[in-house]
Amino acid sequence: MEPVLYARNLNKRYGRVTALDNCDFDLMPGEILAVIGDNGAGKSSLIKALSGAIQPDSGDIYLEGQKIHFASPIEARHAGVETVYQTLAMSPALSIADNMFMGREIRKTGFMGKVLRQLDRPAMERIARQKLSDLGLMTIQNINQAVETLSGGQRQGVAVARAAAFGSKVIILDEPTAALGVKESRRVLDLIQDVRARGIPIILISHNMPHVFEVADRIHVHRLGRRLCVIDPKDFTMSDAVAFMTGAKAPPAPPIAA
Amino acid sequence: MTNSSEAEPGLAGRAETVASFAHEVTLLSRLQHALHSNPALVPLIVLVISILVFGALLGGKFFSSFALTLILQQVAIVGIVGAAQSLVILTAGIDLSVGAIMVLSSVVMGQFTFRLGLPPFVAIACGLALGTFIGFVNGWLVARVKLPPFIVTLGTWQIALAANFLYSGNETIRAQEIETQAPILQLFGQSFSVGGAVFTYGVIAFIGIVLILAYVLRHTAWGRHVYAVGDDAEAAQLAGVNTRKVLISVYMLSGLICAFAGWVLIGRIGSVSPTSGQTANIESITAVVIGGISLFGGRGSVLGMLFGALIVGVFSLGLRLLGADAQWTYLLIGVLIIAAVAVDQWIRKVSA
Repeated sequence: MEPVLYARNLNKRYGRVTALDNCDFDLMPGEILAVIGDNGAGKSSLIKALSGAIQPDSGDIYLEGQKIHFASPIEARHAGVETVYQTLAMSPALSIADNMFMGREIRKTGFMGKVLRQLDRPAMERIARQKLSDLGLMTIQNINQAVETLSGGQRQGVAVARAAAFGSKVIILDEPTAALGVKESRRVLDLIQDVRARGIPIILISHNMPHVFEVADRIHVHRLGRRLCVIDPKDFTMSDAVAFMTGAKAPPAPPIAA
Repeated sequence: MTNSSEAEPGLAGRAETVASFAHEVTLLSRLQHALHSNPALVPLIVLVISILVFGALLGGKFFSSFALTLILQQVAIVGIVGAAQSLVILTAGIDLSVGAIMVLSSVVMGQFTFRLGLPPFVAIACGLALGTFIGFVNGWLVARVKLPPFIVTLGTWQIALAANFLYSGNETIRAQEIETQAPILQLFGQSFSVGGAVFTYGVIAFIGIVLILAYVLRHTAWGRHVYAVGDDAEAAQLAGVNTRKVLISVYMLSGLICAFAGWVLIGRIGSVSPTSGQTANIESITAVVIGGISLFGGRGSVLGMLFGALIVGVFSLGLRLLGADAQWTYLLIGVLIIAAVAVDQWIRKVSA
C-alpha cells in the first residue's frame, strides 16, 4: 500500500541547532498515526514542515505520490492537508459559522454575490450545522454564537469539524486534548475516531500516552530530530514507548516497514 | 502521564448532563449576552436616554426637528472621520493621522483648483488619491514593516500636517472665491429641508458611508476578515486570511474616507483652511470608544460609532442650550469614555 503522505531525508537547521536530521515519515491511508517524542525532539518541526508552516532545508515530501512543496499553511490547505493547531486558530469574537468558513467564505450567486459580494450566510450556516452534527456535536445549539462562549472541548470540536469539513486528504491534530478535562478529552477522542471512520487519515501529536495508545494505529517515535522507530501499540506498552523516546531503551531491531 | 488511564473507567457510569447554568441566568447575564452579540446596543440606549433627558429639560427648543438635524450637521465631519477610525480600530490599530489627511486633502482639492487651475473634479480626485496614498503608506508600514500603528500614524500625522502648512503657505481660500469659481467643492454644504428638518449633503454622505460600511463589515468576506485580523491576527493568518492585504486595504480605505471628509469639510466651513479640523483625530477616537468599539480590536460595530458621535453631538448642543459652560461637555464626555471602556471590559467577560 502506498502511503498518502510521506517524507524522505528532511533536514532543518536553526543556526547550530538541528531540528530535523534526515528524518523520514510515512502516513498510510485511513490510519491514525501518533507522533510522540520528548520535548525538543523535533516533533513540531516535522509537523510544521508537513503542514507548510516551515520549509525544510533539504529533503522531499510527497502527497499521494506527487512531490509537493508548501510555501505556507494556506497552500497545504489548498492541497487538502488541514492542521488543527494547539491554539486552534479561531477568532473568539466571531461566530462558529464565521470561523468554520474563515478564508473560504461562500458568496451568494447572482447580483448580490458578484457585485455586492454578499456572503451566503444561510448556506454557510447550513453546512456548518451539518458538519457539526456529522461529528455528533449537536450539543451546540446556536451556530451563530461566538466561539468564546463555548467550552474548551466544544471549541476543539469546532476546530476538528472545520478540519474534517475541508481536509480532504490529511488532518493534522496538534495536542488536541492538552487543555481539556477528562470528559471533554473523551469527546474529542471519539471525534477523532469518527473522522477516521470517514476514511481520512490523521496525524496526532500528543504527550498523553493513554490517549495515543487508545486511538493510534501506529506510533511514530521521534528522537533527536529523526524517526527512531514506528511501533504498533498492540505490541508494546506505554512504558516501552516512553523508554524509546527518552533513549532509555534501544528501539526494536527491525522497524516496521512503512 | 498515565493518570487518566485509571481514571477513565470511572467515566463508565458518568452523568450525561452537562453542568447546567440554568439557575444562573439572571437578568444581568442575559443583558451581558445581548450586549455581547449586539455591541451597538449600549450607545443606542445612552443616545435615546440623553435625547429624552435633554428633551425633558429643554422642551421644544431641543425636541424640534431643526435642533435634532442641527446635531447631525455638527457631527457629520467627525462621524465620517470616525467611520475611517472605526475600520482601523477594529483591526486593533489606531489612526492618529485621520485629521491631518482630511485637512491636507481639502487643501490639495482647493489649491489644485485655484493655484494650478485644474478642473475642480480633477482636483477632488487628486485629493482623494492623496488620502488613499497616505493610507497606503500607513498600512504598508504597519503590515509589512511591522511597526506599531500608533507610532506610524503619529509620524504620518506630523508629516501630513507639516506638508499641509508648507504647501498651502498657511493661506486660506475664501468662501466667496470657491462659491463663484468652483461651487462643486462646497457641494456637501448645500442643504435641503423636509418639514423643519434641515439636511446637508454632508449629513447624507455621513449616514451613507456608515450604512455602506456596516453592510460591508457584516456581509462580506473582507468585512469578516477585518474582524478576524483585529481579534487575533495570528489565528486569522493560520485560518487562511491574508492579514497583510487586509491591513493595507483597511488603512487605504481609511485614508480615502478621510480625504472624502476633507471635501465635506470644505462644504461645512465654506472655505479651504489649513488650520481647520485639528481636533478631528481625538474626536473621532472619542466617537469610536463611546460607540462601543473595542480599542483592542475585533469587537464593536460602525453603527455604534454613529451613535457615539451623536451622543457627543447631543451633549454639546443640549448643554449649550441649557446655558452651561462648554467645559461641562468635555467633563461629561470624559466620564462617558471611561464608562464605555468599562462596559466593554465587562461584556468581554461573557461566558457560556
